[in-house]
Amino acid sequence: MQLSYRQLGPVRVIAVQGRLDHTHAPGFESELLPQLQACDRTGMPVVLDFSGVEYISSVGLRVLMLAAKQVKAQQGRIAIAALSPIVAEIFQVSHFDMVLRVFADIDAASTALLQ
Amino acid sequence: MKIRFWGTRGSLPVSLTAQDVRGKLLNALALAGGRNLSGPGAIEAFVDSLDFTVAGTYGGHSSCVQVDNGSAEHVILDMGSGLRPLGQHMLQLHGPQPQTYHVFQSHLHWDHIMGLPFFTPAYIAGNRIIVHSCHSQVESALRRQQDPPSFPVGFGHFGAAIEFDLMQPGQTCSIAGMGVTAHRQRHSGDSYGWRFDIGGKRLVYTTDSEHRIEQQDERQGFVEFFQSADAVIFDAMYSLADAISVKADWGHSSNIMGVELCQAARVRTLVMFHHEPSYSDRQIHQVLEETRRYERLTREGHALEVISAWDGLELDL
Repeated sequence: MQLSYRQLGPVRVIAVQGRLDHTHAPGFESELLPQLQACDRTGMPVVLDFSGVEYISSVGLRVLMLAAKQVKAQQGRIAIAALSPIVAEIFQVSHFDMVLRVFADIDAASTALLQ
Repeated sequence: MKIRFWGTRGSLPVSLTAQDVRGKLLNALALAGGRNLSGPGAIEAFVDSLDFTVAGTYGGHSSCVQVDNGSAEHVILDMGSGLRPLGQHMLQLHGPQPQTYHVFQSHLHWDHIMGLPFFTPAYIAGNRIIVHSCHSQVESALRRQQDPPSFPVGFGHFGAAIEFDLMQPGQTCSIAGMGVTAHRQRHSGDSYGWRFDIGGKRLVYTTDSEHRIEQQDERQGFVEFFQSADAVIFDAMYSLADAISVKADWGHSSNIMGVELCQAARVRTLVMFHHEPSYSDRQIHQVLEETRRYERLTREGHALEVISAWDGLELDL
């Protein structure tokens, strides 16, 4: 699982690529969660850029649940943005749009997290 | 093999309220505007054209399913409150003729045993009830719920012969003409799924079972247990988000896990079961629509039929 990182002003953007299924979710978990340690009350908010994610199943959603719980415990801020139509629909039917704040694009997510 | 659902609600029996019925009537009458409803035929045709959430209800009895495999001996899955109407149906069909009932218990929680004190055939001498269970406490649990101060009629008042068959998970036995296999499940105090094989048909009953997404070995065990089943009756009580967050460790599963396990096992029909007691008919129907959407989004060749069980539903396998 390849993650890439960039800064968008005071927001850290983590871009995710590929399929978050049984094959790739363990790598996603082991790479993502340590990256969120700095996402605390005083740290930079994080936006997960999902524009490169073509598919997500329950194992991938579980990693997002862990990420959301970790950031909440650290009093940080996290959102997810730019979901493909299929991933957006999977979010809706699994009710994960109630677990993470979902935005149409990175700018909208960044703006919301900084308010 | 015919499957009849007598109780499909999870955790606690529920009932439509007067307000619920009024809402359905208002919806139906609003949809009737401008139609010619003169005569019983036209009225019946109109009612039959209505959406299930308007003209019907998923029902409120707790878990009880009947498997009719053509055998003279009756097969019942769990003794939730749906066992009471099943008992009345049996009396109508067979009158005073002695009958044999095989009951397969998923576990011994209240909502799965509460129907026994109201199962009229249990009070009739000549009947035989064999309770198959993997829980060694099955007899004491059934006796205890009849003891004072919980119930006024003690276990000793049953006229039927009640026998207990302690089974082992993973071992297939021949019962009522079927190959029967139990599978241990994650639930408080353990629960067991049941697989029934007869004449090339396979049915799996798996309720009150939590699935940990990260437990790959456990997942594979269920995929093998469900493999190529014609129908899997599945505990789909929660959304995935709830099942792995606020309701983690509550011992139940989600519609999403049901789809993924059944897809992996190439199951023909997923039957969602053990509906959340706080859900209205409309909410249960919404879960069904969402589940069908998820199945379509994640389908890889094998199409899985998805339905939602309701009290009174009959399925032919």
